[in-house]
Amino acid sequence: MSTENKQEIVSDGYKGPGFFATTLEKVVGTARANSLWPLPYATSCCGIEYMATMGANYDLARFGSERMSFSPRQADLLMVMGTVAKKMGPVLKQVYTQMAEPRWVMAVGACASSGGIFDTYSVLQGIDKIIPVDVYVPGCPPRPEQILDGIMKIQELVKNESLRRRNSTQYKELLAGYGIE
Amino acid sequence: MMHMTDDYIIQQIKANFGGSIQEISEPSGLLTIVVPKEKNIEVISWLFKNEELQFTFLTDLTGIHYPENKGMEMSIIYHLHSFVHNIRLRIKIFVSAENPVVPSMTPVFKSANWMERETYDFFGIIFQGHPNLKRILNMDEMDYFPMQKQYPLEDQQRDDKEDKFFGR
Repeated sequence: MSTENKQEIVSDGYKGPGFFATTLEKVVGTARANSLWPLPYATSCCGIEYMATMGANYDLARFGSERMSFSPRQADLLMVMGTVAKKMGPVLKQVYTQMAEPRWVMAVGACASSGGIFDTYSVLQGIDKIIPVDVYVPGCPPRPEQILDGIMKIQELVKNESLRRRNSTQYKELLAGYGIE
Repeated sequence: MMHMTDDYIIQQIKANFGGSIQEISEPSGLLTIVVPKEKNIEVISWLFKNEELQFTFLTDLTGIHYPENKGMEMSIIYHLHSFVHNIRLRIKIFVSAENPVVPSMTPVFKSANWMERETYDFFGIIFQGHPNLKRILNMDEMDYFPMQKQYPLEDQQRDDKEDKFFGR
């Protein structure tokens, strides 16, 4: 990262000729942020926008998310895109609990964030009723640029959070509030 | 083969069930007859087995709720189709909301199984003799029948939507 034209990925640290020193936390956070494996949980039109986001024009791979993980065991980021029916709720919760820490969740689109236009008895009024959410992307459906913006917000979280977020009391209380573990 | 007309079907049904037919009408050109709930199996299996009419396909089975229709609030609707004559027939029965029990159509049409489960799921109509009458589309924890008119469409658990912002 020593070329002048390139933007530096890790900003905080000591730099000299031929060396760069920073904290382990920053290095690991940067590594995580630039190799997020997303698990697409696509149920409707937002999923189509996600496909465009993965495609060559918008190319999510530029942000280090080249590989989608279709197994929750290896995924870092759960991307919920679309309407989740109440009957689907327990399935989504199980997918979330199957993911290993550290894990992040992004609610893409109005339906995943709040139920959207489906203010009805059969639709979950936002996935945050059953699992914690890190970033909400508004839109119905959001354009790929907005999804990319959401990914970049997640990357900021990943870079700046404590590496052991899962051990913090706040995080434990949050999960307990959802009845997870 | 003779061209089958609605008049001929009405004539045939009247000849066999004259006394028990409650109403015959043709809303939007679809022949509709209303029969008492005890007669549903008898009438429909006769239409099914009749070698001339051959109503061998149950297109749809559903319910409807008329809260103002006192004493007969719930209706069950059967849509029959005769492929041979390409003609359709609608049969309606009415029951009260207090005791919405009707005989199951599964002995005549196997396809009525899931449709009756759906009708039970949404309207709370009990189909007597159904092999497996439980919810099919809604979640099992649901404690009411959402298509009954006394229940509002909107999700009742949320508190962040103020009515005035949603034109209610």
